[in-house]
Amino acid sequence: MSSQDTRRPGILSGFLAVIRRDVLLAWKRPGDVLNPLFFFAMVSTLFPLAIGPSPEQLRFSGPGVVWVAALLATLLSLNSLFLSDHEDGSLDQLILSPQPLPLLALAKALAHWLTTGLPLVLVSPLIAVTFQMPAGSIDIMMLTLTFGTISLSLLGSIGAALTVGLHRGTALLSLLILPLAMPILIFGARTVSLSAANDAVAAGIYLLAAYCMLALTLAPFATAAALRISNE
Amino acid sequence: MWTWFHKLASPPHFYGLAAKMIPWFAIPGILLVAYGTYAGLFAAPADYQQGDAFRIIYVHVPAAYLSMMTYMVMAISAAIGLIWRIKLSHAVAAAAAPLGAWFTFLALITGSIWGRPMWGTWWEWGDPRLTSQLLMLFIYFGYMALRAAIDDPAKADKASGILAMVGAVNIPIIHFSVEWWSSLHQGATLVREGGPAMPVEMLYPLLMNIFGFTFIFGALLLGRIRTEVLFRERRKRWVHNLVFPDGAQA
Repeated sequence: MSSQDTRRPGILSGFLAVIRRDVLLAWKRPGDVLNPLFFFAMVSTLFPLAIGPSPEQLRFSGPGVVWVAALLATLLSLNSLFLSDHEDGSLDQLILSPQPLPLLALAKALAHWLTTGLPLVLVSPLIAVTFQMPAGSIDIMMLTLTFGTISLSLLGSIGAALTVGLHRGTALLSLLILPLAMPILIFGARTVSLSAANDAVAAGIYLLAAYCMLALTLAPFATAAALRISNE
Repeated sequence: MWTWFHKLASPPHFYGLAAKMIPWFAIPGILLVAYGTYAGLFAAPADYQQGDAFRIIYVHVPAAYLSMMTYMVMAISAAIGLIWRIKLSHAVAAAAAPLGAWFTFLALITGSIWGRPMWGTWWEWGDPRLTSQLLMLFIYFGYMALRAAIDDPAKADKASGILAMVGAVNIPIIHFSVEWWSSLHQGATLVREGGPAMPVEMLYPLLMNIFGFTFIFGALLLGRIRTEVLFRERRKRWVHNLVFPDGAQA
C-alpha cells in the first residue's frame, strides 16, 4: 500500500501527462491537426472569391477575415475536445483521478491550444500575405492570435464540456460559444486593423491579454464543473 | 429563518403562494403601464429635436432594462440552485429565460424602429447597444437550446446553470468590448451625474413604465414558475391531489 502511495503521480506530473498524452494522440492522427488548418485556409480563400480581388479591399478586410476564419477553425476542432475521452471512458478516469479536475481541464485546454491554436498562429502569416497585409502588422496579428486562440481554447472547453455526449453537439456548441467569444474577435480583429492603419495598438493587446488571463483563471473551474455534470 | 426558507422553496407551498402573489404584481403593473403609456404618448411634450418619434422610448427603455434584469434573475437563481441545490430556483431560471429573450427581442425591434427616423436606417452596426443586445439575444437562445438538448431535467438544470453563470461573467466584457469597438448611440440620459437629462413631464411616464413593466414581468414570471413547477412535479402526490381533489385515480 505504501509503495503504491509513493508511486502515485503528483499534481504537476498529472498535468504534464495529460498534455503529453493529448499531443501524442494528435501526432499519431495528424488529420486532427491538419483539418482545422485546411479549414482555416479554405475559409480565408472564400472571401477574396466572394468580394473580389481588388488589393485595397483585401487589405481592408484582411484582419477581419483572418480572425473570423481562426475563430471558426477553432470552434470546429473544439467539438472533439472531450468526445473521444467520453467514448472510451478515459474521461471517467480523469474525473476519478487524484489530481484536481480543474487542473486537468486546464491541461486539456492547453493541449488543445498546442495542437490547434499554435499551428493556426504559425500558418496565419501566409494568409496575411495573400491579403496584402503590411509586414509591420503581421507580428501584431500573430501576437493577438496567440492570446486569442488560448482564450478560445479555454472558453471553448467550457462549451465542449457542457455539450459532450449530446446529439447535435457541434451546432449547439457554436451557438453557446460564439456570442461569448465576441470580445476576443472584437479586440483581436480591431487591433490588427488599427495596426494596419498605423494606429496605436497597445490598448487592444492589453485587453486581449487581460481576457486571456481571466480565462486561464476562471475557465478551468467552469469546465471541471461542467464535466462532472455531463458525465454523471 | 431557515424553516421559512425551506418552506418557501417547497414546490407545493410556492405554487399556492405564487397564485396569491400574482394579483399584487399584475394589478399595479397594469395600472402603471396604462398611466405611463397614456402620459407618455399624449401628455408628454414632443421632443424639440426628435419630435414625436422619441415616444417609442416608453417601450424601448423598459424592455432593454428588463432584458438585463431578467438575465440577472436567471443567473442568480441558477447560482442559488447550483450552490444550495434548491430545485425551485432552477425552475425560476427556466421560467425566466424565454421572458428575457422576449424582452431582448422587443428592445431590438423598438430600437430598430426608432433608428429608422433618427439615423435613417433600420440597423446600425456602429451602435454598440444594438449590437450587444443582439448578442444578448443569442446568449438567451444558446441557454434555451442547451436546456432543450439535454433530456434529463436535473442535468439540464445544472448544465444550463453553469452556462448562465459563465454568461454572467462574460456579459459585462461583451458590453465593454462592443462599446470600445464603436460608438454612435446617444449617451445615457437617465442614469448620469447631475440628474436625468430629460424634462420632468417626459421622465415621469418613463419611470412609471419602467416600474410597471417590472411588475408585469414579476406577474408573468410567477405564472410561468407555477406552470414549470406543475410540469416538473407532475408525478408527485400533491399535483395528483390538486387535479383530482375528490381522490379519484388518474
